[in-house]
Amino acid sequence: MNSFQQLQKEAGKEWDLLQKSTLPVIYVGTASCGRAAGAKDLLESIKKTLEENQLTAKIVEVGCIGLCYLEPLMDIRLPGRPRISYANVTPDKARRIIEGLIINGNPQAQMALGYFGDEDGDLTHGIPRFFELPMLKPQVRIVLKNCGFIDPEAIDHYMANGGYAGLMTAFGKGPEGVIAEVREAGLRGRGGAGFPTYKKWETCRNVPGNIKYMICNADEGDPGAFMNRSLIEGDPHSVLEGLLIAAYAIGATHGYIYIRAEYPLAIIRLKKAIAQMHRYGLLGKNIQNSDFDFDITIKEGAGAFVCGEETALIASIEGKRGMPKSRPPYPAISGLHNKPTIINNVETLGTLPNILRNGATWYRQYGTPGNYGTKTFSLVGKIRRSGLIEVPLGTPLRQIIFDIGGGSLKPFKAVQTGGPSGGCLSSEFLDTPVDYESLGAAGSIMGSGGLIVMDEDTCIVDVARYFLDFTQKESCGKCSPCRVGSGHMVEILERITKGQGQPEDLIKLQTLGETVKRGSLCGLGQTAPNPILTTLRYFRSEYLSHIKEKHCPAAVCKELIEYRVVPDKCTGCRRCVNVCPTGAITGPRAEPHNLDPTKCIKCRACYEICRFDAIAGDAIIIRSRRSIPDEQTI
Amino acid sequence: MTVMEYRNVLAEFQGEEGELIPILQRIQEKFGYITEDAIKNISPFLKISENQIYGVASFYSQFRFTEPGRNSIKVCMGTACHMRGGQILGEAVERELDVKPGQTTKDKRFDFHRVACLGCCALAPVIQVNEDIRSRMNVIKLKEMLDKYE
Repeated sequence: MNSFQQLQKEAGKEWDLLQKSTLPVIYVGTASCGRAAGAKDLLESIKKTLEENQLTAKIVEVGCIGLCYLEPLMDIRLPGRPRISYANVTPDKARRIIEGLIINGNPQAQMALGYFGDEDGDLTHGIPRFFELPMLKPQVRIVLKNCGFIDPEAIDHYMANGGYAGLMTAFGKGPEGVIAEVREAGLRGRGGAGFPTYKKWETCRNVPGNIKYMICNADEGDPGAFMNRSLIEGDPHSVLEGLLIAAYAIGATHGYIYIRAEYPLAIIRLKKAIAQMHRYGLLGKNIQNSDFDFDITIKEGAGAFVCGEETALIASIEGKRGMPKSRPPYPAISGLHNKPTIINNVETLGTLPNILRNGATWYRQYGTPGNYGTKTFSLVGKIRRSGLIEVPLGTPLRQIIFDIGGGSLKPFKAVQTGGPSGGCLSSEFLDTPVDYESLGAAGSIMGSGGLIVMDEDTCIVDVARYFLDFTQKESCGKCSPCRVGSGHMVEILERITKGQGQPEDLIKLQTLGETVKRGSLCGLGQTAPNPILTTLRYFRSEYLSHIKEKHCPAAVCKELIEYRVVPDKCTGCRRCVNVCPTGAITGPRAEPHNLDPTKCIKCRACYEICRFDAIAGDAIIIRSRRSIPDEQTI
Repeated sequence: MTVMEYRNVLAEFQGEEGELIPILQRIQEKFGYITEDAIKNISPFLKISENQIYGVASFYSQFRFTEPGRNSIKVCMGTACHMRGGQILGEAVERELDVKPGQTTKDKRFDFHRVACLGCCALAPVIQVNEDIRSRMNVIKLKEMLDKYE
């Protein structure tokens, strides 16, 4: 086995070779989101362009840098010059950039997004610094610091950037020392609940026994959240190092990573990373002469949201239905196979190497008292700049949504924090600092980090129905209030979105919501009514419009809207006539078309073609009717 | 699928109860879905009842009990996709292919599933066909895309 210093030295050489490369280096973000946006086609086009021009360059595939709305991204670094980043790179655009920059040395500033490193005369003239971009400037990247910069499949890249130094520090401190350091740092669980990490560890460490388990919870089930996927795809070793540190602290003998099967790329990268760790003597017996034996098994989840809950997750690893158990005993005392078990979230683990490497005092400079450090968020929904971000805890929602995210598409309506278990906050909460307590006080939760922004075109009742429908389907069925209650709430919400709601429905929803919250065993049921309870509180008028006026202000609820052709705008191009699946639109060419509402199934095809086709005139509108309430319905 | 084929899959495992989900995953990966025969073969191997195996398999949304199509369409029903029209895309697939979620078309060309979240929220709405994720979809793009698969 090689000594750690030797490994580090070799890794450093490997990294320097890339940094001081005499060839141009082309970086392409090929995480899942990059691939979805076409990064694989882009890679092909880059290779072809290089070949056709008889150029040689190094191509490095990196993880997601977080600017998902600008994917696919391609960066080029000429030897000894700053790295320049380009956004929304189509295969054709890639050709122009490569030919411009590598052949002619012209960065084509108008196409460039930003540059990394030092200013460099003409090359960077007219291009902003990457980290000065409005989306990046307020961010503090600790957990995500390597994402987009290192090749996630190269352990040397990770080690050359301080990787596994945190683990070595941990070995130097001893298990108690590690727990003390994490206590001092004030790290709280990033999976959502915010329980102090050291406390869980301490409990587990103090339980007698030779067999203990350490589990990484990568069952990122919240729809609208992808922080963990991005981190694992972009920097898998940071999570694995964290897992080792935690395992060492609690005295675990074996580790598991419980990860969603829906994340195939993340699983591949973890498997490769674990094989590399074995080769480097970072897993197995007597790791780096520390007397610490440890190995890791990957368990693929099979698609059950409730398995994010600790006891359900354990049941699933044991090969059973993923149903939660009542606690105590807590898993820290009796968990997997009735042995003491700690389950930590991906981000919690990803933070640990940084704390061990740089110390608790360094970590505490970020965040606010009681809420130290940073948190990653996936910023999605009706927002201009969507992506993956990392900010210090205590950053106000307004700064996240407007400064980093660039604001909502149409005027801002609400933001949902904490996914389906969280709450919908209205504009009056925009100055709320994002920390565990403040979000809790507003009726929401921090959750794992999904931030879903809604604008005027989002119907709050529909969103509440959506979340409840999700939790109802994912309820494991063990507790009746959750199983039956959530079903009832969905039924009522469906009635309201169809314009069949009654005023007393709101009282029913409130009572049901509070009952489900109190009468459920696990976090799923206890938080499932949050989207309803918060929207009833902050957006009651929108419920009332649906109930009393049969009107959906956002024009979303299918039964309450109609499609219309605006005759003045219609160019008579017949594009919509051709796509209409039911023959509801008729009319001769060059004359305004007719839309027969009795035949219209509201499939949106005509609306989209009219909006995006150059010849069509954006002449189809979707609007919600409004009926004047009569005596009986008030 | 013959008994021999099942035995070959089971030979990769030790026969511990905790292996049930990995075994089901392996069988689905190899044969496309979980057949009644598969469950009958697993039962003596793990020494747990067929009912129990079916109970576990049906709890998790990953497992299928019907033959898959030649291509597989997954429409993302995540929050971001929902807000940008995921529901409408799902309905369009149902209409275009005449299938319901969880079913396979009569000509076995496609099977169709609604999934929780594919984790590409910033590019919503997304659809996954086989291994490819298509981002920023709409009804028109969907129709064009379907024609490309045999």
